[in-house]
Amino acid sequence: MIEAVERIPAWARWLLLAAGLLALPFATEALLGRAWVRIIDVALLFVLLAIGLNIVVGYAGLLDLGYVAFFAVGAYAYALLASPHFGLHWPFWVLVPLAALVAAFFGILLGAPTLRLRGDYLAIVTLGFGEIIRIFLNNLNRPVNITNGPQGITLIDPLKIGDFSLATTHTVGPFTFSAVHSYYFVFLVCVLLSIVISRRLEDSRIGRAWIAIREDEVAARAMGINTRNVKLAAFAMGATFGGVAGALFAAFQGFISPESFTLLDSIMILCMVVLGGMGNVYGVVLGAILLTALPEALRYVGPLQQALVGRVIVEPSDLRMLLFGLALVLMMLLRPAGLWPSRLRQRELAGEPQ
Amino acid sequence: MTAPLLEAQAVNKRFGGLDALCDVSLTIARGEIYGLIGPNGAGKTTFFNVLSGLYRPDGGAFRIDGGALPQGAPHAVAAAGIARTFQNIRLFGNMSALDNVMVGRHVRMHAGILGAILRLRSERDEEAATRVRAQALLEYVGLGPRAGQLARHLPYGDQRRLEIARALATEPKLLALDEPAAGMNAAETRDLRALLERIRADGVTLLLIEHDVQLVMGLCDRVCVLDYGRKLAEGPPAEVRRDPRVIEAYLGTPATA
Repeated sequence: MIEAVERIPAWARWLLLAAGLLALPFATEALLGRAWVRIIDVALLFVLLAIGLNIVVGYAGLLDLGYVAFFAVGAYAYALLASPHFGLHWPFWVLVPLAALVAAFFGILLGAPTLRLRGDYLAIVTLGFGEIIRIFLNNLNRPVNITNGPQGITLIDPLKIGDFSLATTHTVGPFTFSAVHSYYFVFLVCVLLSIVISRRLEDSRIGRAWIAIREDEVAARAMGINTRNVKLAAFAMGATFGGVAGALFAAFQGFISPESFTLLDSIMILCMVVLGGMGNVYGVVLGAILLTALPEALRYVGPLQQALVGRVIVEPSDLRMLLFGLALVLMMLLRPAGLWPSRLRQRELAGEPQ
Repeated sequence: MTAPLLEAQAVNKRFGGLDALCDVSLTIARGEIYGLIGPNGAGKTTFFNVLSGLYRPDGGAFRIDGGALPQGAPHAVAAAGIARTFQNIRLFGNMSALDNVMVGRHVRMHAGILGAILRLRSERDEEAATRVRAQALLEYVGLGPRAGQLARHLPYGDQRRLEIARALATEPKLLALDEPAAGMNAAETRDLRALLERIRADGVTLLLIEHDVQLVMGLCDRVCVLDYGRKLAEGPPAEVRRDPRVIEAYLGTPATA
């Protein structure tokens, strides 16, 4: 199969990929229904998050269990400045970069006190940080109502490019773009951009410094790497992706509340990175898509039982997390380096030179 | 003696109640090969760790090229022109040999995050130049054909050479080697000696910790003997090996061994 793909010339492969990506939301709608286009949109947001976390965990080797905090910060930055809550309606092209900046700031805020921590200790502190942010968002409605507490923020402005609101349906030639389609393309552009950024960083002075820190921090320091700055850069860079994803998420959903940003979400994003193949952007993309789609697909277990046995023996909602966990365990057993490991990790696991 | 390259002035380092280094002063001249010897636990590696900024000294200071050497900041020490290797090889195992050396260039490069993301002209040029330079350094230590291999998969002797290449990539004035010949057979040690002499000929001053007496005696211009954190003797190897205190502390067995 891989050989067959490799026989196709490179330009044709890219063309096929592009055509596939363009057709994907329409084909999905035709085959599986609009709900699945929405799932794909969410998957793309998670891809963005996973790419960001991969910089921190995959490249720099800093185990971050509170990553969802940056997603939350980005989402609230957007929501507060583009909703009736404060009566502000700033344009998205200001808010998305702003969300990125605010998240980067929080990334440094988290990074600074944890510079000397590693492994388990770092994981615990970042976990706490994630929870602190969530609890703040939950409680910053008194005495001054900033975040509107657990009720969350509603009626958030959708992305609007000029007069083109992504929330309404548009017809371009034979194609009908509903909100989920429009957002798909926006998210897709963001994801492609992040892949490029991530790959470029990996092959740069700073990317090598991140990986060097992951491999041996003492040696990295002795080789002249300012580990403080380089680690902060990793935290800030990773957080930036999270912030952008958060802003897009707020615009896409139109509603956010602290409940969307729990520890479980952090762990989920981490699973995507580890499962996909830590350190390899493409693996991480694959992991994010699979882990978003898998729970959705497992919903069909109910109807499947109905069709096969005539009644629902086990509720799909009960089964979902069970099967999900089983799938995770199986994947880690069968492919311990992730589904699509980085070139180097693959070699490492094979234990043979080149 | 030419102007000193490195001066250690009464350097102290204590671990709890243990004086790991006690008022160690020494001067290394530009272009010499200076050996640091002594029994196990004498404080040699501690001296390296303080010098390279991994430990902060409890007293004393270093001067390089007449200027103060930053303390407790390894990256600044590397920038000031001191590079080191480690006794128990510390390579970036899952990076290729070439990437390991390229990391060594970090301190002489300038590209930032934005430059990397935008692939600015200056960043691309710098990357290309770094790659060429790193490959040249690999050739220099005899690892040219190994460039693409993971550091952790290299044979032991090659790993030692790679560490030297990585250290040289920082453009050091002083290269500090912690037991470079440890675990090497006679032939590898001979090659290493030739490499070290070549590095010196190319203008880098060498400081080395070594247990291989023959290597130290044959290679070093001067040696310093440490014992229990104190400087016991200093001078040309032939003199030092005759020093009764040294014989007692360290070369207890016949020095001709």
